[in-house]
Amino acid sequence: MALLDLSDVTVSIGVLTPLDRIAFSIEAGEIVGVVGESGSGKSLTAMAVMGLLPLIGGRITSGAVRFADVELNRLPERDYRALRGRRIALISQNPMTSLDPIRRVGEQIDQVSMMHLGLGAERARLRSVDMMRQLRIPEADVVHGNYPHQLSGGMKQRIVIAMALAADPELIVADEPTTALDVTIQAQIIQIMVEMARRKNVALMLITHDMGVVAQACDRVVVLYAGRVAETGSVERIFAAPRHPYTKSLIGCIPVEGLPPGGLKGIDGVVPGVANYPTGCRFHPRCSLAQDRCKIEAPLLRALEEGAAACHLAGDPP
Amino acid sequence: MSAPLVSMRGLGRTFVSRKGLFGAHRSMRAVDDVTLDIPAGKVTGVVGESGCGKSTLARLALRLIEASSGSVTFDGTDIGSLEPAAMRQIRRRMQMVFQDPYSSLDPRYSIADCLLEPFAIQGLMPPARQRAAQVDDLLDMVGLARSVASSFPHQLSGGQKQRVGIARALALKPQFLVLDEPTASLDVSIQAQIIELLERFRDDFGLTYLFISHDLGLVRYFCDQIVVMYLGRIVEVMDRPDATPRHPYSRALLNSTFAPDPAKRRVVTPMAGEIPSPFALPPGCAFAARCPQASALCKAERPTLAESTAGGRIACHHPQD
Repeated sequence: MALLDLSDVTVSIGVLTPLDRIAFSIEAGEIVGVVGESGSGKSLTAMAVMGLLPLIGGRITSGAVRFADVELNRLPERDYRALRGRRIALISQNPMTSLDPIRRVGEQIDQVSMMHLGLGAERARLRSVDMMRQLRIPEADVVHGNYPHQLSGGMKQRIVIAMALAADPELIVADEPTTALDVTIQAQIIQIMVEMARRKNVALMLITHDMGVVAQACDRVVVLYAGRVAETGSVERIFAAPRHPYTKSLIGCIPVEGLPPGGLKGIDGVVPGVANYPTGCRFHPRCSLAQDRCKIEAPLLRALEEGAAACHLAGDPP
Repeated sequence: MSAPLVSMRGLGRTFVSRKGLFGAHRSMRAVDDVTLDIPAGKVTGVVGESGCGKSTLARLALRLIEASSGSVTFDGTDIGSLEPAAMRQIRRRMQMVFQDPYSSLDPRYSIADCLLEPFAIQGLMPPARQRAAQVDDLLDMVGLARSVASSFPHQLSGGQKQRVGIARALALKPQFLVLDEPTASLDVSIQAQIIELLERFRDDFGLTYLFISHDLGLVRYFCDQIVVMYLGRIVEVMDRPDATPRHPYSRALLNSTFAPDPAKRRVVTPMAGEIPSPFALPPGCAFAARCPQASALCKAERPTLAESTAGGRIACHHPQD
C-alpha cells in the first residue's frame, strides 16, 4: 500500500475549482517530484496533503487523500495537529517564514522533538545537535545557540530541514525548498535532502519548477498543469520519452551542455488563471500539436506502459 | 573578438559602513581592480554567488553609482568625468534591465506611462497623437498584447512585467544593455522565453549585453565571454562559452548546475568552509578557505589575474587542466 495516495482530489475555493481530480501516490521512502509552472497547483496540492486548505478558505470537495491508514480529508483538526510535524513535515520555500526570528534556532529544533516525541530538554538538545551535524552544519553546538539573523540563507534552510526531520517523520513535503538560494547552495541542499531521505527512509514530495532539480533528485515525477495532472512516470522514462507535450516543453527550458545558439525554447504564453481555464485540454492554447479535438474534449489521465498521461496524442509512440 | 564598446580599467568601489551607532567605521571593497573589455555585439556574462559584487559592477558600468577607483570607457568616452548633462546624453545609449520586475515598475504608472517615461526624461517625448503608436510598437516588439498599455503593473504576471522592463530599456534604441539577473525571479519556462527574446534583439539590433547571473549553465548557453567573480574580484575570464573552467571556484559553480537528464546525476562536493567576511578579507586568495587545491602559497599570496594558457585570464596559483 502506498504511503500517500491522492485519488481524484478536487479542491474548491469559493466558486473556483483550482485542483481537478489530482491523482498520484508516493511509496514509503520514495522521492517524488511535483513539477509545473507557477499557477499549476503545486503548492495547493501540498496544502491539501498538509490539511492547510481551510487557512485560505479552500476545501476538498471530492476524492480522498490517504496517508498510511488514515483518511486525511476526514480527519478532525485536532488529530491533524498530532500528525503534522510528527508523521508529515513541511519545508517551505522561504526559511525566514518558518523560523521565529526572536528565538535561538536550536531551541526551535528542540521544541519539535520535545513536543512530538516527549523528550526532555537535554536529550532534545543532543538530538538536535546530532541532526545538525548530519546536515553538515559546521560547529553545530555553536550554531544551536544562534538566532536566525546570524545565519546565511543556506544555513537557515538547513535548520528548517533539521526541524522537519526532528520527529522522524514518514513523509516530508518540501515546497520549492531551494528557489530562494544561490545555485551552489541549492546544489548542496538538494544533495543533503536526498541523502537524508535515503538514510532515514523518509518519503519526499519535492515541489519545484526546475526539471534539472527533478532529474538530479527524484525517483518519480508528477507533472501538473493548470490544476490537473498532465503526466506521471519514473524519472528515467519521463526524461527519455516524455509523452505529454507540456512535459517535453518543460524539459526544453533548461539549457544543456552544447545546446546551439537559439536552441533554448521557452513555452509560449502563460498558465491560465483559475477563473479562465480553457475548454478541452487546458494546455491546448500553448501546444504546438493541438488538434480540434484537444479544444473540445478534456483528455483523461490514461495509463501508459509506464506511468500515465492526459493527452489525446499520448497513445501514439513518442 | 570585436572591438570593445565598454572598457573597464582597474575599476573599484568601496563601501563604508559603521558597526552599530557608535562603532568603528569599516570598509569593504565590493568591486576591486576589475579590468574588462566588453566587445560590441557580443554577450558578456558575469557569474558568481550573492555578494560577489556582480550587481555593483553592473551599476558601475552605467555609472549609476560612482567608482572609487579606475575608469569606465563607453565608445571611447571616459564616462566617469562627464558632467551631468553630458552623462544624461550618453545614457540614452546604455540602459539597464533590473532583477526584480515587481519593484522596478512604478505601481501607480500605467504600462503606457511607464514605456513613455524614458522619452520624457530625455526630452524626446513624441507628440500626443504619436504616443499610442510608439507604445504599441514597443509592446509588439516584446510580444505583449497592445491591450496591456492601459494595465497597471499589479495586473501583469512576473514574465509580462519583465517584458515591460525590457521594452522600456529598448525604448531609446540603446547600443548597450546591462541585464542584472533579469530571470532570477521567474519560472524556468518564462526564463527561456525572456532569453529567446534577448537573443532576437541581439541579432536584430546588434546589441551589446552585460548579463549578470548566478547560473553558470545559463551563462554558458547565452554568453560569448564569461567572467567569474568571487568577493569583488575577477577570478577567471573565459573567452569562449564552451571553454572548460580552470579555476577551482568556476568548476564548483559548474558542478552546481543540474542537467535535465537523470543519467547525468552528479555528486556535489560541498565546498568546505565559509565565505570570508568581505570586511576582513584574508591576505591570500579569497577562495583559499573553501578550495580543495589550496596550498600555503594560496593563503599567503593573492594570485594575480594573468593570461591563461587555454585562452582567457585566470587568477589562481594551481589552475586545473
